[in-house]
Amino acid sequence: MYQTNYHRASSVADAVKLQKKADDGKFVSGGMTLIQTMKQRLAAPSDLIDLRHIKELKGVKVSGKSVTIGAATTHAEVASDAKLAKACPAICHLAAHIGDPHVRNMGTIGGSVANNDPAADYPAAMLALDATIVTNKREIAAAKFFTGLFETALKDDEIVTAVTFTVPDKCGYSKFPNPASRYAMTGVFVAKRKDGVKAAVTGAGDDGVFRSKEVEAALSKKFDASALDGVKVSAKNLMTDIHATAEYRANLIVVMAKRAVAAANG
Amino acid sequence: MSEVSMVVNGRRVSGTVEDRTLLVHFLRENQGLTGTHVGCDTSQCGACVVHMDGKAVKSCSMLAAQASGSEIVTIEGLANGADLHPVQAAFKEHHGLQCGFCTPGMIMAAVDMINRHPGGLDEKTVRAELEGNICRCTGYHNIVKAILAASQTMAKGKGKTKKAA
Amino acid sequence: MGMEGIGARVARKEDKRFITGAGRYVDDMVVPGMKHAAFVRSPYAHADIRKIDIKAAEKMPGVIAVLTGKELKADGIGNLICGWMIHSKDGSPMNMGAWSPLAVDRVRYVGDAVAIVVAETKGQARDAAEAVAVSYKEKKAVTDAVAALKSGAPQLHPEAAGNLIYDWEIGDSAAADKAIKAAAHVTTMHIVNNRLVPNAMEPRAALGHYDKAEDHYTCWTTSQNPHVARLVMSAFYNVAPENKLRVIAPDVGGGFGSKIYIYPEEIVCLWASKKSGVPVKWVADRTESFMTDAHGRDHVTEVKLALDKDHKITALKVDTIANFGAYMSLFSSAVPTYLYATLLSGQYVIPAIHCNVKAVYTNTAPVDAYRGAGRPEATYVLERVVETAAREVGVSPAELRRKNFIRSFPYQTPVIMNYDAGDYETSLNAAMKAADYAGFEKRREKAKKAGKLRGIGMSCYIEACGIAPSAAVGSLGAGVGLWESAEVRVNAVGTIEVLTGSHSHGQGHETTFAQLVSQRFGVPLDQVSIVHGDTDKVQMGMGTYGSRSGAVGMSAIHKALDKVETKAKKIAAHLLEADEGDIVIENGELKVAGTDKAVPWFQMALSAYTAHNLPEGMEPGLKEGAFYDPSNFTFPAGCYICEVEVDPDTGQTEIVQFVAADDFGNIINPMIVEGQVHGGIAQGVGQALLEGCVYDAGSGQLVTASYMDYTMPRASDLPSFKVSTSNTPCPSNPLGIKGCGEAGAIGSPPAVINAITDAIQNNDLAMPATPQKVWAALKAATRH
Repeated sequence: MYQTNYHRASSVADAVKLQKKADDGKFVSGGMTLIQTMKQRLAAPSDLIDLRHIKELKGVKVSGKSVTIGAATTHAEVASDAKLAKACPAICHLAAHIGDPHVRNMGTIGGSVANNDPAADYPAAMLALDATIVTNKREIAAAKFFTGLFETALKDDEIVTAVTFTVPDKCGYSKFPNPASRYAMTGVFVAKRKDGVKAAVTGAGDDGVFRSKEVEAALSKKFDASALDGVKVSAKNLMTDIHATAEYRANLIVVMAKRAVAAANG
Repeated sequence: MSEVSMVVNGRRVSGTVEDRTLLVHFLRENQGLTGTHVGCDTSQCGACVVHMDGKAVKSCSMLAAQASGSEIVTIEGLANGADLHPVQAAFKEHHGLQCGFCTPGMIMAAVDMINRHPGGLDEKTVRAELEGNICRCTGYHNIVKAILAASQTMAKGKGKTKKAA
Repeated sequence: MGMEGIGARVARKEDKRFITGAGRYVDDMVVPGMKHAAFVRSPYAHADIRKIDIKAAEKMPGVIAVLTGKELKADGIGNLICGWMIHSKDGSPMNMGAWSPLAVDRVRYVGDAVAIVVAETKGQARDAAEAVAVSYKEKKAVTDAVAALKSGAPQLHPEAAGNLIYDWEIGDSAAADKAIKAAAHVTTMHIVNNRLVPNAMEPRAALGHYDKAEDHYTCWTTSQNPHVARLVMSAFYNVAPENKLRVIAPDVGGGFGSKIYIYPEEIVCLWASKKSGVPVKWVADRTESFMTDAHGRDHVTEVKLALDKDHKITALKVDTIANFGAYMSLFSSAVPTYLYATLLSGQYVIPAIHCNVKAVYTNTAPVDAYRGAGRPEATYVLERVVETAAREVGVSPAELRRKNFIRSFPYQTPVIMNYDAGDYETSLNAAMKAADYAGFEKRREKAKKAGKLRGIGMSCYIEACGIAPSAAVGSLGAGVGLWESAEVRVNAVGTIEVLTGSHSHGQGHETTFAQLVSQRFGVPLDQVSIVHGDTDKVQMGMGTYGSRSGAVGMSAIHKALDKVETKAKKIAAHLLEADEGDIVIENGELKVAGTDKAVPWFQMALSAYTAHNLPEGMEPGLKEGAFYDPSNFTFPAGCYICEVEVDPDTGQTEIVQFVAADDFGNIINPMIVEGQVHGGIAQGVGQALLEGCVYDAGSGQLVTASYMDYTMPRASDLPSFKVSTSNTPCPSNPLGIKGCGEAGAIGSPPAVINAITDAIQNNDLAMPATPQKVWAALKAATRH
């Protein structure tokens, strides 16, 4: 790791102030991606501003169909939140399968969406749930937030403070992990509302998380795994690496979508 | 440089370290607690697992400064004096270790796992929960056996198994 | 003492320190004044070094020294060598290119060391290593061994024209050809044995300390054989004469072969300590380990198996190309020859065998022995082709094997080995019973109804271990003898220290070796200590690899115990005024048989040291040493059965059961033997399902350089294993032991692939059988 300067922010305002003073300051929450990247000398922020201890960023609120999750809420906290498990178990399921138990104790939802790793789980959920990403400056629809590989609409001094969404009629998530890293090699989050079905795919697209038109079209007719029988997803714009070809990922999208629907239907 | 201060295995410790110092290096080099190991660079192997404020975390994946103010328990702080923790005793009894390098992280992960499953564990759950700990020697067979046995011992509320031979 | 003696399931003595975090590995060692090293490594697979500019690096904070290959050469440090001479079939010696510990004018793989930086902290050393400006002229690289043999391929070493190290053969080519021509059925296969990275969980490390006042060097290193390290560093690399060099291998976190070899880093750390005047510690990170640890396997093979009309095997013909990487590692040359082709007869009577092996340089990390070393490759070739032949001729794979088993011993194969004992049918029957082989078709039907494809596969392996009579390996080209040494010291109060040349890095020697002593003298285990891993404490020894510590290391202890017992009985007889022949050792006492006259063990020991009343002419003290040179290899064998369920939607394979029935001869501690089998199977399953080292063919970059891309077996990838043993004692050593360390890794890969190919009904499947590959193979099968 290159030299860096560590700061612990006491509030969001404090964090912004610290970031502005730094040459190339980066916010860190759980640090489960950023610290690794710095260890490998692939990132070298001059300053790290730690958001993990800011109280206002923590916690899950469920009010009727409305869910708000503070950005510094860990995956373990999301996974084990009783109110959330009742309102939207798919999100708990997703969080319970990120990384491993130790990573889930540190990694946060805010860090995950702000980093927008193309193989991360949360971006698929945010997109399919039509979630709103709340920052210290504005509210951004998920569809406009995730802009490419590790790219988001966030400005340098902008901090994700929470995500909010309205619980759909039904939703489910299923992923096929990369055998080595255990990140999603393909993960599909499906959400059904009266006005239609959204299916977002992570781990597969060569430009990050995206919605699968083929899957949505089939599920809009009938929200059942059988509706996906024989559906083909184009391999165009999907990633190919040593673990999976684009063609294989195209297959996994359909298979994971079926499993996500089955989970959503209970 | 950062001033860091934390409680490690029940003892308040502090030091001045480069901001880039990882928690694992603070424990190993500043505190001489070399039981916590580093086996990879990418947060998969889990040889570095310690408990921070009662939860298992990877000490290779956070700065010492991030952990400042917290309470840390390492493998050295697990036994109660001469009495092994039930998980330590079970690893010995069931031959859950060979070279011993992954063992400290494995045991710290196992303690955390058992604590999070007060209703007990089954083989499938143990294997899934070991996602973040890699062992190259044992094929996990006896690790799984040891964790299941320790889970039962701890459920019985004895807190301690018979003293290991 | 039956509770702690031979055959007892004793919990390990060494565990206490490991489970409490008190193990002492190289990275845990601190020497006053110690500083930290980082290596400057080549980012290119193949390049000429034009210039190395260290000026900027030397000015970086905390930097103590920046040293390059030119200075190393000027100080007379030698090139790394391969210690086993192989001659090509035309009689010419192998073509070994030069390997400098720090590259001087050419780098040949990504990670090749170019310079060392010594600094106050590891972070500062790394910062400065990045500031060393090396000007490279990149050359074309080749990473694939078959491609490296083609004309026009990039050339690595002037000593090896066409990148060919040797073109070697064994067996009778004409006889094999004749039998194949006359055969009723010939099975032909193209088989790739995938390249693996050993991945001991403790990364390699070295701490070199030059003591100026004493003109003496100490090296703490992650080694499976510290004495061999000292020998080689003295005799070939000119680091220091043996009496001026102490090598210590303390607790070592796994080896699996990768820590046998002497690597550039320990040589350079010792040299750099003298140059810089400070003790120098280097610890690899995982990516460095991926880049520079000796890799394993990487064979491409064409095989033909001939059967007569009665399904008796008549011939086997094998043609293998072995990738050696950029340099010849210490024992690399022996792996695809005498540890591979000599095992191709397997458990079968095969009248004619021929094997040709070409060893090839490529721009990849050096390749050497990894758990099993040659024997997994041989077993994979044979057990895949036998299973395939059974399918082709339409007989049960078990019955084809049974029909061809060797049944009378000793058995001389056509490829050097003389099997001393074995009972292959017993293992086969035990495995089939444990797996409920007969009930498989019902399980297959049931799985089909649930949408899953079930398959079953077996593998009957044999291996040769406990390597081996020194004269025999010497005649085959080995540069060292493969005996082992032991010294048994009985202290004045009767406690015992055993000094052994074997090294324990997970095998549990501190327990099993003590069990041997406990059994013999009735001394409690906690009064027996095993000392190993330090050249200043232990007499010359050969170390631990090739499943040799039991068969060879313990046999040496056995011989030394014989000598101690003889002297102890003489002392007791003298004290008891009895005949030496009447003394028996029971329950911690030396007794006159059939009487109540006895002297306690500790009192006998005390008498040896007070020397007040010893037999006429006897020297005081009680300490004996022995060197044991085995009379043959040992031949563990067994049968493994794997049952899998494949998810046709994703290609994901689940191992639903794995059965191992092994014959290891006599067993000292069944718990430890089972642990060795479990670990071996996990590595074999890893090879079959998960692990594969990938280099980018164009750039020569290592694609699988971390656990993000190299799939390590995790707990959820594996089932609990059903293991059992049978016992035909090995007649070639006094303990009847065969060795169990490698069997799991040798026997399991073909069982797994035979099972998957059975499930998907497509035999065209290469390791590792990742979900994607299985899915693609399934698709290909349904297209037909």
